[in-house]
Amino acid sequence: MDQHLLSIVLFTPLAGLLVLLFLPSKSTGLIRIWANVAGLTGFLISLPLVMRFRAELPGYQFEEKVSWIPSLGVNYHVGMDGISLLLVMLSTLMGFLAILCSWSAIQDRVKEYYAMFLLLQVGMIGVFISLDFFLFYVFWELVLVPMYFIIGVWGGPRKLYAAIKFFLYTLAGSVLMLLGILTLYFAHFQQFGFYTFEISELMRLNLPLATQQWVFWAFFIGFAIKVPMFPFHTWLPDAHVEAPTAGSVILAAVLLKMGTYGFLRFSLPLLPTASMDRTIVQILAALSIIGILYGALVSLMQQDWKKLIAYSSVSHLGFCTLGIFAMNPNGIAGSVLQQVNHGISTGMLFLVIGVIYERRHTREIAEYGGLAHVMPKFAIIFAFAMLSSAGLPLLNGFVGEFTIMQGAFEANWIWAACAVPGVILGAAYLLWLYQRTMLGQVTNGKNLVIPDMNLREIAVFVPLIAASIWIGVYPKPFFDILRQPVNQIVQRVRPEYFAARAQAPPPEAAVEHAPAHTGGAE
Amino acid sequence: MNFLDQIWLIPLFPLFGAALMLLLGKKLDPQPASEVAIAPGVEPVADEHHGGAHASHAQAGHADHGHGGHDAHGHAHSPLKKLINFICPGFVLLSFLFSAGAVWQLSRLPVESRVHQVVQFTWVAGLPFHMANGAMATFSADWGFLLDPLSSVMILVVTGIGFLIHVYSTGYMAHDNGYYRFFGYLNLFVFFMLMLVLANNYMLLFVGWEGVGLCSYLLIGFYFHKKSAGDAGKKAFIVNRVGDAGFILGMLLMMSVLGTLRFTDVNAILHSGQFPVEVAGFGVLSAISLLMFFGATGKSAQVPLYIWLPDAMEGPTPVSALIHAATMVTAGVYMVARSAALFQLTPHTSAVVATVGAFTAILAATIALVQNDIKRVLAYSTVSQLGYMFLAAGVGAYWVAVFHLFTHAFFKALLFLCSGSVIHAMGGEQDMRRMGALKKKIPITHWTMFVGSVAIAGIPGLAGFFSKDEILWQAYSSPLGSKLLWFVGLATAAMTAFYMWRLMNMTFYGKSRVAAETEKHVHESPAAMTVPLTLLAIGSALAGWLGTPKLWNLGESFRAFEIWLEPVFASAAVGAAHEGAEHSTGVEWGLMCLSVAIAIAGIALARYLYCIRAEIPDRIEARFKPLHTLLYNKWYVDELYDFLFVNGLCKGGGLLLGSFDRNVVDGGVNGAGWLTRFASKVSIWWDTWVVDGTVRFTAFSVKLLSYPVCILQTGRVQAYAFFVVVGVLAFLGYYVAR
Repeated sequence: MDQHLLSIVLFTPLAGLLVLLFLPSKSTGLIRIWANVAGLTGFLISLPLVMRFRAELPGYQFEEKVSWIPSLGVNYHVGMDGISLLLVMLSTLMGFLAILCSWSAIQDRVKEYYAMFLLLQVGMIGVFISLDFFLFYVFWELVLVPMYFIIGVWGGPRKLYAAIKFFLYTLAGSVLMLLGILTLYFAHFQQFGFYTFEISELMRLNLPLATQQWVFWAFFIGFAIKVPMFPFHTWLPDAHVEAPTAGSVILAAVLLKMGTYGFLRFSLPLLPTASMDRTIVQILAALSIIGILYGALVSLMQQDWKKLIAYSSVSHLGFCTLGIFAMNPNGIAGSVLQQVNHGISTGMLFLVIGVIYERRHTREIAEYGGLAHVMPKFAIIFAFAMLSSAGLPLLNGFVGEFTIMQGAFEANWIWAACAVPGVILGAAYLLWLYQRTMLGQVTNGKNLVIPDMNLREIAVFVPLIAASIWIGVYPKPFFDILRQPVNQIVQRVRPEYFAARAQAPPPEAAVEHAPAHTGGAE
Repeated sequence: MNFLDQIWLIPLFPLFGAALMLLLGKKLDPQPASEVAIAPGVEPVADEHHGGAHASHAQAGHADHGHGGHDAHGHAHSPLKKLINFICPGFVLLSFLFSAGAVWQLSRLPVESRVHQVVQFTWVAGLPFHMANGAMATFSADWGFLLDPLSSVMILVVTGIGFLIHVYSTGYMAHDNGYYRFFGYLNLFVFFMLMLVLANNYMLLFVGWEGVGLCSYLLIGFYFHKKSAGDAGKKAFIVNRVGDAGFILGMLLMMSVLGTLRFTDVNAILHSGQFPVEVAGFGVLSAISLLMFFGATGKSAQVPLYIWLPDAMEGPTPVSALIHAATMVTAGVYMVARSAALFQLTPHTSAVVATVGAFTAILAATIALVQNDIKRVLAYSTVSQLGYMFLAAGVGAYWVAVFHLFTHAFFKALLFLCSGSVIHAMGGEQDMRRMGALKKKIPITHWTMFVGSVAIAGIPGLAGFFSKDEILWQAYSSPLGSKLLWFVGLATAAMTAFYMWRLMNMTFYGKSRVAAETEKHVHESPAAMTVPLTLLAIGSALAGWLGTPKLWNLGESFRAFEIWLEPVFASAAVGAAHEGAEHSTGVEWGLMCLSVAIAIAGIALARYLYCIRAEIPDRIEARFKPLHTLLYNKWYVDELYDFLFVNGLCKGGGLLLGSFDRNVVDGGVNGAGWLTRFASKVSIWWDTWVVDGTVRFTAFSVKLLSYPVCILQTGRVQAYAFFVVVGVLAFLGYYVAR
């Protein structure tokens, strides 16, 4: 079973989808239950990945390789390292929660809705485990289609505009990325005499710097739009605002990570020289920092609850890309961790909006105020999500942000100094949002008659809150999982990095010197 | 039992209490629906979208609490609610007992081994990184605890005074809604504060540091139906975050330079002589210490970030006493003292610390002179006293800073709790202009507050005198000090005595200005409140005797505080030796007498102005109107910050960038979309008229050319047959005719 574990995880949602298609459209209750079962199964079946994953091993695990289109050199080749593992687990968890939170929110075209989500999940998992560039591209594009329909069919008033913008914008990036892929593909044929999309094969390429740079920028457009990095971010607020809750949750929690993942899996290892190019790194770091501050400032003045969180995503993803382009172990590890954290906390924030939107059908912040009196449970959960997103220590966001900043500081202290105000503004826009919606007096009669959260709604948050505390208090397992793949990336991009002399050990000596007693278990 | 190895439990007790309260507290203390605060004139309305599908029964909205601050009428005690009175203070008491046990065992150890670490696991187990000097180190932080003489002072203050304030709160908050919530937050605060003072590295300290900020936010905003409370909480959190940003950068730089954040390692490296004292210029260590001090100015309310503390008085008074006087705000002082090894190497930063401390002390004191809100006076007084502590730390007298922290914790907690008792008695009134002559009506409150005010004023024998006088002496005599710093300290001392006794006179003596309606209800507080007051008053009277001046030669046990802390601030001894050689005892006696005289003068002046000749202050106010307005409005610093940062940088910048985003960035995208559509329209036109036009023109011309043919090509068989016949006949005719 182990050798097919990944394929099982990948195709479980597809199996669920196939069964779903045979259910009668009229029996929405049955469809709901089945979709939730399929989502839960998809998550549970991915748990063995965590248990069997061996963090100390380098390279990919659970690998499967089957020839798919031999004439083009395309393989069905999947496998995972620590980075993939975390993102796949995030996808299966969030995929399930997205389905769960739609229980009462979606009332029309229920069957098609759940079908789209199950299809989406196949695409998301596929992106994170593909080791063949062609396969990756297939999954990458596959994700677009269900998301397009989710926004376009079940979205808000401007859903068509948002859906088309989302689709075309990302597609435009993907096409450029495809050009980059094909460049590598043909270059490989020239150098080695056979066609292949295998990433490990493409890594053997020896490309001149100019070509590397062109390919890098082509990839960059594709990934930067997906992240989204400033100035390619404007599809995001529109897509978020119009998408149904579950769509926003998946979009923020998982889809954006495809972009950052792309940088880590393809841009850096395949194009190490271009990635270390001084100009490129500085441009990307600058764009990340602008994203952090710009996203936060724009977020501060939003009147729309969902748009505010959407812009906060731009800010948080700025931290993630800054960590990547710091090009050192802590920056990259922090970035991946923060990607997971962002999935958890921003996922929670969108779920929070979903809860209130289902009751009031408006996202105008001015419509609310004093909700904490009427919905105390909701107030607590929202506060939790807010603090997790604002990076309060002992919750998830802090560890990721701090690690990224450590990496950024190591790369260039000015980067860290410029990024730090993002932490202040992060607290500012969230606290102000919380104050305007939850605190004060109830100023709108409509808010007096809404019920507090029910058990199903709370259940959606429980795993996320648990994960948030876990990462905040005991992030060691996450760092352990990330150590190997991150070191490999750094080794690939900066071979000299680990050659530096090890720290002469004053700390150890100091501990012995000081009359300190160290007790407790490690 | 070995308490030393169990110090990791000390923070966990209150955490457990907090979890219990916040998860289950509502069951113990069910709240009536009347808690819902509704703005006037708002009626429940069903949402038109949903037609009330969700609407359970409408929760009847009653009027708001009316007056804020303190609610004198409330719902009846439930027996379960009493349970909270035992659970929450009980957990803090447990922490206190464990702390006391651990400190006792620490004191039994030989002096040089009074550093006890308990590391439980690696909390942040990060990856390797390059230090500034190119060496590799690992980014990591322990979940570890450290007990040494410094943290032992802090845990005793936090748990001891924390316990008394918990007990006091059971009386003070008895009539408030959200009782469980209050105690949950309060216990959570004690947890974070203990994490802060027990952490064995900067990063874990930062956990407590931000955590206490969170609790402060929650407790300031406890009466969250009031907009001012929400505003104040938010302001406190964000201003603290500004400081924290500096702290974070300081930690990052420290890690980059020293490769570690563990206190013992940092101190070992700094003591090793690897880094010389940065006398000549502003070096990297100076940058670290300055960034960290910037963090301290946020948490400990120093210039330029002091502005949040006065607003924090929106919180319930026990919160002001515990968080905004005795413990949390002293975290910055603790952190600087904890980093003494660093600050000893950075005289430039130390000078900044001392200057900022002195400046804050006098600035806040001037504002306190004219405030009329009893809690605001105390708030500015706290800012001012914290300034004293930084002044001491800045001139290298770290033990004195901690000593003042210690004595201040007693008398300032006492003063706040007394003011709470006054407010309680007055049914929520905080304006001193509507008080007066309360001495007889609330005697215990009066006498305890009397002790506190004498103590803070610096009258010999009580706690404040010893610590404040030592600060002034150090500011005068230390090699890092100066006569100017000393003088600012002295002037502040005079103002302190004056504004505190202005407060006492306006509240307790003279003529009563209490509203007749309120007058009837004025009552002494219950025992739950007066017993803690009494205990704190005893503390305020006696705590100073642990640190009597060397000059008095009372023996070692009367200088226990300095001796206890000596191993922590090892090289402070150098300064002490220096000072002994340079100054005669005569100078020290003289300065001491001067400061006592000035304190008495301040008290006497306040007595004269606000009790004996109560009409004079108004005349002075009228005479110096602009100055009074300036002071009363706190030098307009808040307005300046609002203008520059809140409205200017953040809101203005946000609006500007928001429109930039819509018009330029998204404009570009939409523009690209428009261009595409335009190109598409042009293509359609081209396609329709040129490409397809050519095709159709070809067809058209063919058609045109075919017209003549068309005349013949009718498609009628008969016609064709006719033509065939005609043709045949023509051919036949031709052949026949030829």
